[in-house]
Amino acid sequence: MNKHILFLITNRIFISMITLLIIAVIVFVATTLLPGDTATILLGQSATPEAIEGLRKAMQLDEPAFTRFITWIVAFFHGDLGISYANDMPVADMVGRRLLNSLKLASVTTAFAVPLSLFLGITTAVMRGSIYDRAVTIFTIGVISIPEFMVATTAVLIFAVYLKWLPALSLTADIDTLAGLLRAYAMPVITLTCVVSAQMIRMTRAAVIDALASPYVEMALLKGASRKRLVLSHALPNSLGPIANAMALSLSYLLGGVIIVETIFNYPGIAKLMVDAVTTRDLPLIQSCAMIFCLAYLLLVTIADLIAILSNPRLR
Amino acid sequence: MTLETPSTTRRRPRYQIKLVGMLGLAIIVFWLIVAAFGPHLAPYPIGEIVDQDYFGPMSRDFWLGSDYLGRDMLSRIVYGARYTLGISLAAVTMACTCGVVLGMSAAVAGGWFDSVLSRFLDAMSSIPSKLFALVVVSAVGSSIPVLIFMLAIIYTPGSYRFARALAVNIAAMDYITIARLRGEKMFHIITAEVLPNIIGPVLTDLGLRFVFIVLLLSGMSFLGLGVQPPAADWGGLVRENIDGLPFAAPAVILPSIAIATLTIAVNLFIDNLPVKIRDRSE
Repeated sequence: MNKHILFLITNRIFISMITLLIIAVIVFVATTLLPGDTATILLGQSATPEAIEGLRKAMQLDEPAFTRFITWIVAFFHGDLGISYANDMPVADMVGRRLLNSLKLASVTTAFAVPLSLFLGITTAVMRGSIYDRAVTIFTIGVISIPEFMVATTAVLIFAVYLKWLPALSLTADIDTLAGLLRAYAMPVITLTCVVSAQMIRMTRAAVIDALASPYVEMALLKGASRKRLVLSHALPNSLGPIANAMALSLSYLLGGVIIVETIFNYPGIAKLMVDAVTTRDLPLIQSCAMIFCLAYLLLVTIADLIAILSNPRLR
Repeated sequence: MTLETPSTTRRRPRYQIKLVGMLGLAIIVFWLIVAAFGPHLAPYPIGEIVDQDYFGPMSRDFWLGSDYLGRDMLSRIVYGARYTLGISLAAVTMACTCGVVLGMSAAVAGGWFDSVLSRFLDAMSSIPSKLFALVVVSAVGSSIPVLIFMLAIIYTPGSYRFARALAVNIAAMDYITIARLRGEKMFHIITAEVLPNIIGPVLTDLGLRFVFIVLLLSGMSFLGLGVQPPAADWGGLVRENIDGLPFAAPAVILPSIAIATLTIAVNLFIDNLPVKIRDRSE
């Protein structure tokens, strides 16, 4: 690794840090300053001014916003996420188990989506213009231009209503047996895989087509290399970087999809927790969930960029 | 799309739109008319329970079936079009106006104004859109003006980045330098010199952003955090009738299809615009 790469990487990580700081400010302003006075919200309209004043002192709401922001962000990175308004439980306890559930769902989806979209993306790029390519393209454009909940309802209609393979919307707690586990995960995973792989297939296809159009592939073609050799030993190694970049980027679509999917299938994950928190206006909970989501998103995007930097042979 | 037919397109007149594109345009116009003349088209009053049955099938009295209370689904969808199209159009207009004006100003002004604005808007666009929407709704509630402003704010950074990228190339042209030397004001430069040169791609971008906004709005309404009952946009209609899903009631399927026809039509229309208009929109 030379100095130039090192500089690019530290620079990219520095930018991510700045972005994270700005995001934290936006989340803090939106959840703490915009809704008005927290003490009034907690005590309700009928509280006496003295009671509100007392609570404000106790919660340190009378301090300047900047001090409160610093206190909040320091506590957040120490794992102290505050106390939920709705049921007086520490937010960290509520988030912990739910986060694990969501990560399970995300990793199972990734395990299915990545190989599937690699295969479809590369084969469609190689057979560009064929009926197979057009069918896959129409499918991906279709999935991208409809809302996520429609992918979910369509999956339910196909697998539960017409084929009767899976239960419709109820996610039962029966996850002790393997069959039960599969049934519980199948529908959410199918939906998320569709949403995520549509993006992945498009980006992979574009990356491989780019590589196939390059002069060295043309050169190999003119030398008389076989089609298989052309793709496997010339085009693919050079498009691995862009493909990995595309994979990491499209995994960030998981975040949007997971919010819908966990709600519609009643999956006990962190996105469901957050949607419920928004309905009850439980601000500390929303704050923490929003920060966790933004962290995950930023991490994926930063990894995508780092892969792009590291895989560019011109920088080595 | 990858349907390349250079031999046929080259011979035709320049501004001809392909057949698929015309189909897309026809569907867009259809929904616009439905949204505009909704009250005259709907066969039943919006909130009235007219069917004995709930989740009724399609019939001669109720063309698109009835919903979970026995209200006429056709009327609900016709009225839903007003919310979905109205809110989305208002939001996309605001987002693109702000984004394009800021983008052109940043490109022409350059310097610290450009870097600070770009950095800030980049950070904003790295908050996932649905999450941003959830945070805003939890903070200030969900009324229609709030929804419009929120959607506009969420999609301004994307529009800004797009317009700035286009305008930076224009700002490097000689005639901009000359306009500067003539002593033209910033407002004149961006409206008279830059805007006419990027208007085609910018309008194309507006169409795509409209699709994103429709999808996000429907998603929020589906979560119960968008348009609030008793009013319902298409996403809200799906939410109301989700209990009909296990027996495939038309009430839950048709609003989704309405959204899909609109978004796919806009995509088809834009994909098939003459290259001269959408130019460098890729």
